[in-house]
Amino acid sequence: MSAVAASPAPDPPAAPRPRAVPHLLAGPATLLFAALVLTPLILTALLSLNEFEYATGRAHGFTLAHYAAVLGDPYYLEIFLRTFRVAALATGICVVIGVPEAYVLSRMRRPWRSVFLLVVLAPLLVSVVVRAFGWSMLLGPEGPVNDVLAVLGFGKKRMLYSEGTVVVALVHVMLPFMIIPVWTSLQKLDPAVEQAALSFGASRATAVLRVVAPQILPGILSGSLIVFGLSASAFAIPGLLGGRRLKMVATIVYDQYLSDLNWPLGAAVAVILLAANLIVMLTYHRVVEGHYRKRMG
Amino acid sequence: MSFLELRNVMKRYGSLDAVRDFTLSVKRGEFVSLLGPSGCGKTTTLQMIAGFVEVTAGTIQLDGRDITRAKPNSRGLGIVFQSYALFPHMTVADNVSFGLEMRRVPKAERAARVEEALALVHLDKYAGRYPRELSGGQRQRVALARAIVIRPPVLLLDEPLSNLDAKLREAMQFELRDIQRKVGTTTVMVTHDQAEAFSISDRVVVMEAGRITQIDQPYRIYEHPETEFISRFVGKTNLLPGTVTASADGGATVSLAGIPVPVHGDGLGGGEAVVLCIRPEKLRLTAPGQGRVPGQVSDRFFLGSQWLYHVDGPLGTLMAVSPNDGEPPLEPGAPVGVDWSPRVVRLLRGGLPASAPTLEELE
Ligand SMILES: Nc1ncnc2c1ncn2[C@@H]1O[C@H](COP(=O)(O)OP(=O)(O)O)[C@@H](O)[C@H]1O
Ligand SMILES: [Mg+2]
Repeated sequence: MSAVAASPAPDPPAAPRPRAVPHLLAGPATLLFAALVLTPLILTALLSLNEFEYATGRAHGFTLAHYAAVLGDPYYLEIFLRTFRVAALATGICVVIGVPEAYVLSRMRRPWRSVFLLVVLAPLLVSVVVRAFGWSMLLGPEGPVNDVLAVLGFGKKRMLYSEGTVVVALVHVMLPFMIIPVWTSLQKLDPAVEQAALSFGASRATAVLRVVAPQILPGILSGSLIVFGLSASAFAIPGLLGGRRLKMVATIVYDQYLSDLNWPLGAAVAVILLAANLIVMLTYHRVVEGHYRKRMG
Repeated sequence: MSFLELRNVMKRYGSLDAVRDFTLSVKRGEFVSLLGPSGCGKTTTLQMIAGFVEVTAGTIQLDGRDITRAKPNSRGLGIVFQSYALFPHMTVADNVSFGLEMRRVPKAERAARVEEALALVHLDKYAGRYPRELSGGQRQRVALARAIVIRPPVLLLDEPLSNLDAKLREAMQFELRDIQRKVGTTTVMVTHDQAEAFSISDRVVVMEAGRITQIDQPYRIYEHPETEFISRFVGKTNLLPGTVTASADGGATVSLAGIPVPVHGDGLGGGEAVVLCIRPEKLRLTAPGQGRVPGQVSDRFFLGSQWLYHVDGPLGTLMAVSPNDGEPPLEPGAPVGVDWSPRVVRLLRGGLPASAPTLEELE
């Protein structure tokens, strides 16, 4: 959110002109940001405060009833908890898989490194919807996984429309967003530092845990924030793989808007999701960044 | 008895032989420097001893044990990296303590040894700081403390002083030597700086394009360079091509552009092409008409403790250095005589190679 440039330290009186320059330069970005991000947000927030009538849809009075309805209803609470549980799980698994994967990638030799990086990033080239359908075909009642289970004598299992499936599919979609920032941090590392750890008798695992990992913390942090934010507000994957029963917040918002036509309630859910997301991410950022700052300055 | 022994060690990168036929034996407690221009394979050699670069052929032995294929973390060597490679997220004390921790040294002993090592490098007051809070020289000393605290059999230093400014570098040279003497650790240092190699090493290994060209004590390398490359790389020198005209027992006469010059040396045949090498500080500038050849000062440079003169004469332009003894220096254009004692003339057999590198290329 650096579109609004921090004003520079007071200039010496002799040079008053350049003071406006940073603001002017930041202008286009500020405009774009305001038009594309702030406006819809503000409109949504305003909408969430409107009254709702079944007969006419949106009415114009002011009310906090929608917030009260969402916050006071265990049904919504459960959906929020599920959403954050799924997002946290997906983020955790992405850290566990993505960080070692990025490390292995960065230690590969010349031609292989680029080849495998491409393999890792390739899923980004395929639409999320297509990938979600891929998963539902793979895990569906007549899918190859169930065929294999049947052959092995386990019998068919119902895998679609469960939290686990949504998490697995989210991890698949989000992994590149974890790997890229971690990979970037690893590129900035002096390889001699890891060699130093080895030369002092550390095993490779110890060297990675004690010396490499603490230094790539910022990369892991940004990766986690991206993955968590995208997972908590994901729509296509829970919509397609969670089905009608396994609701997540984004699908609820969609339902409110398009099925119940209760736009203000949908807007209230969206605003609460945004606020909750912000709180979780800022807290996480503070804790990790503070930990890192303390030592790396 | 040799402690660290490299035999015919070779490293090949694709079609490039980064290091070839590297044979060196280092005695216990000795300080050996690898000296050579950038890209001649010094770091590669050091990394092979450390185990970070795989040896293509040859063997490395440490105290009788073959470590050619041993993993780096089983060699137990103390390494100071060119970039220092300190652990940025650990305090100075934790950095130094890391190697001891990996060796499972008990906590109390660890603390005592860390303190001792930090005291040795005069950093006892900085134990709680992070590397980013230290100056270049202090970081360098942390790296050194971290390497010696584990009491390694061999200390490996890769251009340890090259990131420091000139003044600090000189101070650290003596400190480094001092610490190495106190601890008595066998040390191999890589450097491209001849002054650094000379001032702190027991022996210097001069490398050129992946091969060793001379191994000797610093003084001998300077005074008796075995190749024309070394005589140029190590300090300044006047190289004078000539032909042997007459030889006798223990001496000969070499004709330099028609001027007969007596030299010491055995087994020289008449008509042989040789190169005489005379260090600038061995030339004496005398009154005109005296000395072996006449000349005229064409240029002079003030070096602080010395004056460097360029003297034009029948042998081309000679470099001569005179101490700055407080007398007024010679003016450009002044006629002089150039003299030297036959004793100081070094004789290289075989003529100058067609493409002798210039001083600029070597720097
Ligand atoms: N990993 C590598 N791959 C290919 N060539 C290398 C590699 N490391 C070093 N070299 C080459 O080997 C030669 C010696 O390098 P190096 O040992 O670093 O020289 P020095 O330390 O003396 O400056 C150089 O020509 C360098 O380009
Ligand atoms: Mg080097």
